Amino acid sequence: MPTLRSTAPDTAAPDLAAPDLAPATRRTPLQRFLRAFAASRLAVLGLILLCAIIALALVAPWIAPQNPYDLMQLDIMDGQLPPGSVSATGMTYWLGTDDQGRDMLSGILYGLRISLLVGLTSALAAAAIGTTLGLIAAYAGGRTGTAIMRVVDLQLSFPTILVALMILAFLGKGVVNVILALIIVEWAAYARIARASAMVQRRKEYIEAAICQGASSLRILFRHLLPNCLPPLMVIATVQIARAIALEATLSFLGLGVPITEPSLGLLISNGYQHMLSGKFWISFYPGVALLITVVAINLIGDQLRDVLNPRAQA
Amino acid sequence: MIAWFAQRLLQAFAVVLAMTVIVFVGVNVIGDPVAVLVPPDADQAERLRVVAAFGLDRPLWQQYLSFLGGAVRGDLGRSFVFNEPALRVILQRMPATLELALAAMLLSVVIGIPLGLYAGVRPNSPVAKTMMAGSILGFSLPSFWVGLLLIMVFAVQLSWLPAGGRGPTRELLGLQWSFLTLEGLRHLILPALNLALFKISLVMRLVRAETREIIPQDYIRTARAKGLGESAILRVHLLKNILIPVVTIVGLEFGSVIAFSVVTETIFAWPGMGKLIIDSINLLDRPMIVAYLMVIVVLFVVINLVVDLIYTALDPRVRLEN
Repeated sequence: MPTLRSTAPDTAAPDLAAPDLAPATRRTPLQRFLRAFAASRLAVLGLILLCAIIALALVAPWIAPQNPYDLMQLDIMDGQLPPGSVSATGMTYWLGTDDQGRDMLSGILYGLRISLLVGLTSALAAAAIGTTLGLIAAYAGGRTGTAIMRVVDLQLSFPTILVALMILAFLGKGVVNVILALIIVEWAAYARIARASAMVQRRKEYIEAAICQGASSLRILFRHLLPNCLPPLMVIATVQIARAIALEATLSFLGLGVPITEPSLGLLISNGYQHMLSGKFWISFYPGVALLITVVAINLIGDQLRDVLNPRAQA
Repeated sequence: MIAWFAQRLLQAFAVVLAMTVIVFVGVNVIGDPVAVLVPPDADQAERLRVVAAFGLDRPLWQQYLSFLGGAVRGDLGRSFVFNEPALRVILQRMPATLELALAAMLLSVVIGIPLGLYAGVRPNSPVAKTMMAGSILGFSLPSFWVGLLLIMVFAVQLSWLPAGGRGPTRELLGLQWSFLTLEGLRHLILPALNLALFKISLVMRLVRAETREIIPQDYIRTARAKGLGESAILRVHLLKNILIPVVTIVGLEFGSVIAFSVVTETIFAWPGMGKLIIDSINLLDRPMIVAYLMVIVVLFVVINLVVDLIYTALDPRVRLEN
């Protein structure tokens, strides 16, 4: 009920903050934001999960039981062992092994690195490019603005997976190519959101004031417009990161994504696909669980951000 | 109205033209067409002969014009793998994809609407809350992984349903369909469900949101006041008003279902266009890739146009704005 919330301008989540409305007005915007975010236990859980996943991915080389890329450490005789098996050297494969005798737990930890790297890099680069173009489209307007938005419309009228497929069909597979494809696929969503909120902001007095003081276009774009357009962009960014990770996994599963030498979660799942039919489920199952937890954690954060940063709730 | 339609048609045409340029540039400038046409051990004379035979020594714009000329006549090149016109191979596979997509859309409507109605009418019941939480999962689950799980549970563990393929087909209106045979229908269930999962969540959430908006309206209260039964209110007053947004969304999502069938077809070895394009990319069958992209672009432009038309017909406000 956003209309009711508008009576309490300083609280983004009135259910929680309503009892202590007076002190809430003295808090900094950041503090208010954090309190409102923490109101949802699910979102906090998502944040904790995500931090844990990122930490695991970062320290993977030190905590993984084996280096899954080092062929010397793999024993083909240990191939396709079910979870909990013990190798000849006394090592326990908690999540089983794949057909190369690779420990799935190690494979997942290293796969997370690739998945997160591709997802985060592409989402951030797409955010930078898309936001800049969206702001320019809103601020410059005219032919430039129309041209930018036409491209955005054209691109958004095709599903992301098809555009990515098309680009990878031209470029061929590889980590860098996948990142490039994801950037090209994702920038348009940021551009649309950035333009929409910048169109609202640019009519406000503070922009007029900045123009009157002779601020340069660059300064107005990035010092005045951008900070005020950030909330909706943050919401879309979380959604887009989750989407980028899932899309990378899908592309790798289809054999168009990362190469076999740097397996992401999607490629690990793809490797286990053929063994699924003979009942060896763990090769595909556990990487999928890791992928699912990652995507759900980010989506939980995104859901709460959408509620907290909802401009209708703050107006 | 006619002027608006003409303008919209012109726009669609421009999009198709723009996409021919993008596809042409993508294949011929970013990729290397000679490398695909010439065997790696060919000598220089052989290379030059192939380059001349395919007209690759001409200026790029001339090549583009001849590509465009061929496309207009329905000639998108010959597939290296099938040694048949690429367009014909794709059109042969298209009914399988359309059947799968239609089955998935049907499932998402048939399952999504009742669930959404229930969740909207009783928003606080535990069942409705579980369904809403489940729909978040439906959005987050990577669909290819769900497909694998479906195979694992229903095909491998329980052996209820086949793991892949299309099963026997029967002819109707000159095309082959799976759903007309019992065995074909059994083959259709898992891939259609896999493809529909995301859309079921979407339709369900949409119907729930619409229902919650409509229930407090005056005309529902009036209907109750005059003693109309609850099921009649749902059927006549609620459902009718929900259908417009549902029809729009389902229409718009049809394109994305066709796009995502690429994934589902690969998992379930469904012999449609999607599996064809993945195989073609892996085999570097370039004429096939180009033909597929052009077919899909035209398909999408047509879908978007039709949805626009339906939307305009259903909602007079859109008509007036134009």
